[in-house]
Amino acid sequence: MTDPTAPAARKDIILSARNLHTWFELRRWGIVHVGDVRAVDGVSFDLARGESVAFVGESGCGKSSLAKTLLGLHRPTRGEVVFEGRNITDLNRRDLKWYRQRVGYVQQDPYGALPPFMDVRRILAEPLIVNGVKSRKERERRIREALEEVRLSPPDDYLAKFPHMLSGGQQQRVVIARALILKPAMIIADEPVSMLDASVRVEILNLLQRIQKSHNLTLAFITHDLSTVRYFAERIFVMYAGKIVEKAQVDELLEAPQHPYTQALIGAISDPDPENARHITDVPAGEPPSLIHPPAACRFHPRCPRFMKGLCDVEEPPEFNPRPGHLSACWLQKPDRVE
Amino acid sequence: MVETKNETLLKVEDLTLHYRTERGPVRAVDGVSFEIRRNEATVVLGESGCGKTSLTKALLRMLPRNVQEYSGRILLEGEDIMGLSDERFRKDVRWSKISMVMQAAMNALNPVVRVGQQVAEPLQMHRGWGKRQSMDRAAEVFELVGLSTDFLHRYPFELSGGMRQRAVLAMALVTEPKLVILDEPTSALDVLTQANIMNVLKRIKRDLGTSFLLITHDVGTSSELADRVALMYAGQIAEWSSAQDFFLDPAHPYAKLLMASVPRLREVRHPDFIPGQPPNLLNPPPGCRFADRCPKRFGKCTENPPLIQVPTDRNVRCWLYEEGGKATS
Repeated sequence: MTDPTAPAARKDIILSARNLHTWFELRRWGIVHVGDVRAVDGVSFDLARGESVAFVGESGCGKSSLAKTLLGLHRPTRGEVVFEGRNITDLNRRDLKWYRQRVGYVQQDPYGALPPFMDVRRILAEPLIVNGVKSRKERERRIREALEEVRLSPPDDYLAKFPHMLSGGQQQRVVIARALILKPAMIIADEPVSMLDASVRVEILNLLQRIQKSHNLTLAFITHDLSTVRYFAERIFVMYAGKIVEKAQVDELLEAPQHPYTQALIGAISDPDPENARHITDVPAGEPPSLIHPPAACRFHPRCPRFMKGLCDVEEPPEFNPRPGHLSACWLQKPDRVE
Repeated sequence: MVETKNETLLKVEDLTLHYRTERGPVRAVDGVSFEIRRNEATVVLGESGCGKTSLTKALLRMLPRNVQEYSGRILLEGEDIMGLSDERFRKDVRWSKISMVMQAAMNALNPVVRVGQQVAEPLQMHRGWGKRQSMDRAAEVFELVGLSTDFLHRYPFELSGGMRQRAVLAMALVTEPKLVILDEPTSALDVLTQANIMNVLKRIKRDLGTSFLLITHDVGTSSELADRVALMYAGQIAEWSSAQDFFLDPAHPYAKLLMASVPRLREVRHPDFIPGQPPNLLNPPPGCRFADRCPKRFGKCTENPPLIQVPTDRNVRCWLYEEGGKATS
């Protein structure tokens, strides 16, 4: 089963997730099982080599848990992640090291992600030391190369600096340099610019995009900001309450959103326009559901403006293919549906 | 009871707030002047560290200990409230006439007091109302902000983020203030919840005629409420215009670049970025504070420009708009 939304020209799949579930157990007194937080609840997709995909969703929809599961930081409860033909859920220690060389991680909060007591040189040397680059000269060469790559040049100005001496944008560049230094095949970036000021965001996103293109990297880009993805991703996966509800190429998804949740999300985003203040925005009430007791069947049904009783609250919608290269998990898109 | 527009409610003149630090004064608010008119929403837009939160603190006189300089004039309905004693200010102004939703206030609710009681408290403190009367009024404002009155008796942890944000908004509205200051009221919320809260604010403004001062860094969201926009940069106001002018035809070079850096959902135009960083407020450059990032910099920018009034009803802190300057280029 391949993902029909994947770019047709590039069927070279680097990573596939199959029916992935990441649940966190809730216990009382540390022992009695009382339920699960279903952060990722049955997610399947393929990522092609060299493409950039944005996972878009609101907080608590499971997108960060998904990122961490893909990174091998959380063990999936069910399902599997296959990377370059190997199932990462049963890698041993040595193979896990291989996997972490192949996949770089860009964290959300650059200041929190950088150890405050290490200077930039040490921060960037760490992954090289751990992965057996013994020659000091070789390490220095690669550190400088990585700094040039993220446009922190001349590197001599930055090597001896500690994270607190850098601006937010510069810190995020160091985080990106660290993710790149082992020459990965894929980068997972979890909200890489949400902590930065508007005027710097685009600069960092441009940088990520340039690096992704020049090294033919796969970029999985986790974000809540639908308005930036048009420029920095090729495909969008929209997540809601632990599930992917819609997948399509960027322009297709933004111009012809199919799932009512995606439609609501797009409708709620304001472009700067003085007209906005003159009318009330049409937006579904309520808030994303609890992941401990998610609504039955379609998780969006309690908030959905096009809710169909007896269907949406009874049976979970599978992914339908309403338009070429477009998947939507909503009963409205069932091919033989009668209005 | 909607009062006439264009009548000045709050006039701020040359407001200054400098903090004392070991390395010298930090000029967080440095000569800020603007006006808020009745039943209008003014947005103070700016990036982090531009002094927008300090501005709210200066307006409500909620100052930390290390104040080096606090000066200027704040006229509320023509009365200079800077001259009031702290006691009078607390009694007559703060929360009675000007209330505020502080940044992340939704996370600062008292976890062991029922939400309704917390919303009613300003009435008991400032008006000396009894419990019954203030709780009835709290129930009214709960409905106003779209919260079910069932939540009056709940504790904060039983409310979701969006509901807690409505509760702190209710707290700010309970005394029927003339002006409500909102510091980043939606930045911690999700997109749909954010849109819902903005709808609540729009309805309150329309139905009650309350004036708002909305502090935010989010250009898109700010356009949901703004009648006028004051753009701050490095402790000063760079541009102060109507929302119409600001969003469609920004004047200050910084405003132009900022608008171009905002990614848009409904338009295909790759966003730009502004090279460089804002200056350090410990030692801001003597001339125009934006000069070293400005593509239109010229000789005169080594002097700090005043806020220049440009026809009609807009103010720009840039030498390009000086009479006989290069405003047309």
